[in-house]
Amino acid sequence: MCAWFAPRPDAPTDGVVAADRRAALRLMAAALVAAGVLPWPAARAGENDALAFASGSLEAALRALGATLDASPEIRLAVPDFVENGAVVPVEVTSQLAGPQTIFVLSEANPFPLVARFVVPDGTLPYVSTRIKVAKSCNIYALVLADGRYYSAVKATTVTVGGCGNG
Amino acid sequence: MAEPMRIRALSKDGVIDVHVLMPHPMETGFRTDDAGRPIVAHYITDVEIAVQGRIVLSATLSRAVSQDPLLYFRFTGGRAGDTLRVTWTDTRGERRSDEAKILGS
Repeated sequence: MCAWFAPRPDAPTDGVVAADRRAALRLMAAALVAAGVLPWPAARAGENDALAFASGSLEAALRALGATLDASPEIRLAVPDFVENGAVVPVEVTSQLAGPQTIFVLSEANPFPLVARFVVPDGTLPYVSTRIKVAKSCNIYALVLADGRYYSAVKATTVTVGGCGNG
Repeated sequence: MAEPMRIRALSKDGVIDVHVLMPHPMETGFRTDDAGRPIVAHYITDVEIAVQGRIVLSATLSRAVSQDPLLYFRFTGGRAGDTLRVTWTDTRGERRSDEAKILGS
């Protein structure tokens, strides 16, 4: 297990502010659901990204996004089969869909699976490449929201234990 | 204050290739220091990239983006000589903006 995730997987030391923020988010989401603004259990597509970032499991993150995993040949996800160092895993998402879209990257085994979100406006190619931390060997997902619908791609990556030093 | 970003934007056949490197610790909040004390989370949450005032990419990052985040993307509608401006905001509310001119090929 990598040191940057290991000690207390369920208690990040964000301090009081972040804990309050999470509590506030939950409260806000609950209020929205109660008011009938958000359907339950699924949020409307693209409506609840902040809650998705605070979600502690892949299922919860997808629920917050209002997403389902519909594998699509239009989405290409490139992640190495094997990585030595889970702290630096290159990830590349390419979409063949037209028009503005939002690209999400998720790492299933991370304490907070939603890793990043990229809003791609008209004129920008639906392609993004970055480097992420992956807690341990697991599935990486690319999720693309285009025209109110989610498309996805999945790729498993194996993280070599020895590559995970403190830092 | 964080170090300056490294930005490279190169125009080729009407498409601008952009590389951005943002020096930042991206602390997850899950680590401890040598004395066993927890290290408080500190990471970039928002990134906005604009060309001549037009937003070409906005990103929301989590603690799981690697230290010194690297972004690579492409857009159209820019020209060599245009100014690309990258702005990030982190969990402490710090902000940093840097600019680079788009280079021709």
